[in-house]
Amino acid sequence: MSKYTFPLLMAILAAIGALAFFLGGNHIVLLHPRGAIAARELQLMETAVQLMLLVVVPVFILTFGIAWHYRAENTRARYLPNWDHNVMEEAVWWIVPMIIIVVLAVLTWRSTHQLDPYRAIDASTPPLTIQVVALDWKWLFLYPAQGIATVNYLEIPEHTPIDFEITADAPMNGFWIPQLGGQIMAMPGMVTHLHLIADGPGTYLGLSSNFSGAGFAGMQFSVQATTTSAFTSWATRTAHATTTLDFPTYQALARPSAHNPPTFYALSDIHLYTKIVMQFMASSSPVR
Amino acid sequence: MFGKLTFAAVEQGPIVLVAQLFILFGAVAVIGLLTYFKRWRWLWKEWLTSLDAKKIGVMYIIVALVMLFRGFTDAAMMRTQQALSVGASHGFLEPHHFEQVFTAHGVIMIFFVAMPLMFGLLNLVVPLQIGTRDVAFPFLNSLSFWLFVAGASLAMLSLVIGQFAATGWLAYPPLSELAYSPGVGVDYYIWSLQISGIGTLLAGINFVVTILKKRAPGMTLMRMPIFVWTALASMMLVVVSFPVLTATLGLLFLDRFGAMHFFTSSFGGNMMMYVNLIWTWGHPEVYILVLPAFGVFSEVVSTFSQKRLFGYTSMVGATMAITILSFVVWLHHFFTMGAGADVNSFFGIMTMIIAIPTGVKVFNWLFTMYRGRVLFKTPLLWFLGFVALFTVGGMAGVLLAVPGADFELHNSLFLVAHFHTMIISGVLFGDFAALTYWFPKIFGFRLNEVWGRRAFWGWVVGFMLAFIPLYILGFMGATRRLDHYPAGLGWHPLFIVAAIGVVVLALGGLFQVVQFIKSIRERAQTMDTTGDPWNARTLEWSVSSPAPFYNFARIPHVHSRDAFWEAKHEKIDLAENEPYTDIHLPKNTGMGIYIAATALVFGFAMVWQIMWLVVLTGIALVVLPVIRSFDEDLEYTIPAAEVARLDAAHASTI
Amino acid sequence: MKSTPVLLTESNDLTHTHEQSDTAVFGFWIYIMSDTIIFACLFATYAVLHNNTFGGPGARELFNLPFVLTETLILLTSSFTAGLGILAAHRRNKPQVLGWFIASLVLGLSFLALEFHEFSALIHAGHGPSTSAFLSAYFVLVGTHGLHVAIGALWMVLLLVQVARKALTETNVRRLTMLSLFWHFLDVIWILIFTIVYLMAFV
Repeated sequence: MSKYTFPLLMAILAAIGALAFFLGGNHIVLLHPRGAIAARELQLMETAVQLMLLVVVPVFILTFGIAWHYRAENTRARYLPNWDHNVMEEAVWWIVPMIIIVVLAVLTWRSTHQLDPYRAIDASTPPLTIQVVALDWKWLFLYPAQGIATVNYLEIPEHTPIDFEITADAPMNGFWIPQLGGQIMAMPGMVTHLHLIADGPGTYLGLSSNFSGAGFAGMQFSVQATTTSAFTSWATRTAHATTTLDFPTYQALARPSAHNPPTFYALSDIHLYTKIVMQFMASSSPVR
Repeated sequence: MFGKLTFAAVEQGPIVLVAQLFILFGAVAVIGLLTYFKRWRWLWKEWLTSLDAKKIGVMYIIVALVMLFRGFTDAAMMRTQQALSVGASHGFLEPHHFEQVFTAHGVIMIFFVAMPLMFGLLNLVVPLQIGTRDVAFPFLNSLSFWLFVAGASLAMLSLVIGQFAATGWLAYPPLSELAYSPGVGVDYYIWSLQISGIGTLLAGINFVVTILKKRAPGMTLMRMPIFVWTALASMMLVVVSFPVLTATLGLLFLDRFGAMHFFTSSFGGNMMMYVNLIWTWGHPEVYILVLPAFGVFSEVVSTFSQKRLFGYTSMVGATMAITILSFVVWLHHFFTMGAGADVNSFFGIMTMIIAIPTGVKVFNWLFTMYRGRVLFKTPLLWFLGFVALFTVGGMAGVLLAVPGADFELHNSLFLVAHFHTMIISGVLFGDFAALTYWFPKIFGFRLNEVWGRRAFWGWVVGFMLAFIPLYILGFMGATRRLDHYPAGLGWHPLFIVAAIGVVVLALGGLFQVVQFIKSIRERAQTMDTTGDPWNARTLEWSVSSPAPFYNFARIPHVHSRDAFWEAKHEKIDLAENEPYTDIHLPKNTGMGIYIAATALVFGFAMVWQIMWLVVLTGIALVVLPVIRSFDEDLEYTIPAAEVARLDAAHASTI
Repeated sequence: MKSTPVLLTESNDLTHTHEQSDTAVFGFWIYIMSDTIIFACLFATYAVLHNNTFGGPGARELFNLPFVLTETLILLTSSFTAGLGILAAHRRNKPQVLGWFIASLVLGLSFLALEFHEFSALIHAGHGPSTSAFLSAYFVLVGTHGLHVAIGALWMVLLLVQVARKALTETNVRRLTMLSLFWHFLDVIWILIFTIVYLMAFV
């Protein structure tokens, strides 16, 4: 190893880091959560990383320290070619990681239950239900209570728990709004759930995380979090949209198309979502 | 007459045309050179039909390196596309083409690069390390290799005729079902993996039996070299997990071909079952690849620290713990599919538990160096690079194992960066270390150190440039498999850095080519006349370099772990002055090639649904092994006197 | 370092072949283990999908227990005769070996004929494997077992020819041993199919 090695590697790290933070620090969206769920998920990552560093830092120091100290040229270092066993030492590196993993396991058990996407969020405001349909290759959002529907655009009121009911009429997709919280899969004939909340107004990136075919890259949408009153007036305006969405218009919409611009509909069929899910069921079998 | 096959299958635009011409040119060049130098007979008799595990090992590695070139080209195309395709620009690849590229990249790198590299190593090293002359079933070994070649050829053929799957490397339904992927791409995927998968399964059985039944006298399980332990663990995983892959792909095939409903959206099919099944195979697969690499590092660290491996018993325990745990973690690949919190936590915690035995291994390696005399040869450098990168990748892995964190990281480029860290530093660096370490045992001379170091730095620096940006991009919300993204997300500079990283990685690969050429040209200086160029410890170093075709003139007797090291230092004869006896070795046979070639045609006919050809080759696949079963003249004998003469000739060179 | 050892020229061929037989049978056990896993996957698939009838008929409406019981008894008997055949092979009694294995073969083929009848009746009644996920899983699980039986029968024909043409050589006895292992294994799988697919449907 030459004496330039270490500085070179550090320089590369520093350069990539600088590039990331100066050119796009505020683009590292996971470090800028805008919802309670995302914030807790970030906190969880931080705790886990700190715990792991307890092992990883010593490993790094030991690796390069030992390798360097016991290099063959250093004849002053002790050489015990047959020393291959020490119960105490081995016990230490079985037990210390075990303790850390026990702590991590407890953390995992608790956090997984707290952050279960199916778990409703405790808040004073009543939740808003939005039905999400992943199509080839766009997102359809149905607001049954407001009687409206949108494509590739999601507007939500701030500080209101959102209860997403997610399905697909396309291959598997992943519904993900990084700054609000984790993703969940969208699958045909099945309904999955995700609960998120926005802690303030803003425009956030939403996207599909699971590859679904040729138009997949275009399955991005913007999420607009607004005040409750702004949301209500937007919903009222949209409900008077000229285009209405019922099952036949839905079927035309569901045909494959990519890079669709945001579109707004008045939702004329309140059972549209159930019909979309039920397409995959036999008429006589019950909905799951 | 030709099923779905028409002339249109070969016309696919300029980029594919270049690849087609490249393949064609390569094939013509190889055929031309062989004809010009009149090497066909030699190739057929000495190599292709050989049942010698060492030669089969070399062939595995050569094919793997050719496929590595293909897989790397795919990677370079992807990163170039992503560096270009932002905002108004759409790069140079159509989405449909980009999808095939990333699918092929994953499939090729795992099945046709990492697997054959590992099998190549096992073939080269395991029989020698356990003190036997060959594997348990030499013909099966040849058949396994050729089935792998047939599978890889079928995948390559998809580039020339038709298309490859555009689904991602695990072909999740319903995307891979006929409704969404009506072309032949997924069929190519299914059949290339089925054919090579059968080969893998047979090889797995072969090595389990070899290790359990063919060890030299005195080599108890707890005296086996660690590499053999990890090989055993890996092969047991093959035997248990590859049938799952075969069954799963079989069901997907029946959905597509037989209009069945295992994984379809409707008619009661369940796509989540596919995801569960494929990862029941897929997670152990990771350990199938990485465990032998761990074994390599154990050998390398011990040899180049000139000291016994520290904590052998712990090492064996850790290996076995990982082997078993690898079957109870598969669900961590899809926490986001909506399983309950109890299930997710269980699988998350099981996954973290694997970090314990893995950590134990790392500490044991470190304490092998401790109080040793560490020689910084290239294999040791690969080891140090591995520890550094693998630890970071492992941290990312534990993070992904916490379901609450995984919801934010799953399917993002952070995940991509994580598993590339594990596989490149764990598997590929391990294979590189192994190739450098065992090269003299196979070819009789060492590889050039200077260019080996340069290659190492090329790979490490290239790796950092190519993958650190991906970790950050994951935190920026960038998902995998995007052929285009909008401007204004801050992703573009990092994708450019990643593309530069690919160039540096290519440089690392180029340095390896230079290293190889230079080593051959200067082999006179690095010739290994002793058979033991590294002052090593295990049985393979007790025979001449290159190892004789019968491996051991007389079978060694083992009384301790580092049997050769002990024998060297106590100046005893490993075979305990036993007499020379006749050696029986398997005769060459072309049957492995015939069966695999038939399987290739069968697969091709299945892909294009040329039913008469399916029937014809299907019958041939039954008849050929039957013909082999009637052949009873399978072995040839080297008389004891001849063995003694050859052995004396070697002894005189030391 | 090495003294010069003497040469040992007498043949050690016998132990050599015997070791090979041992190794081969051990290898075959491991193959059977891996095949068991294929069946485990198909059983798991059936377990997941057996209620997904998509509005069509389920197991209880389609299966005929006495018929399947007949199939079961035939297959069990063929396993028994194969066992007697192996005992004869160890005594190197060629006529008995041929006799018992021909009996196994005939029983195996009868089993296949019955299964073929069952499948074709279902398909003709409009309950083919593409009707619903349940039927896909049923046909593939039971059909894969049937395919194994067919391969076993083919293998049996081949070995009968080899034994008839030559003596009961070490190699042929080893092959018969492996075949009978395979045949018993298929029996065990069938018992599981009988229990899980057929009996459970009527519980």
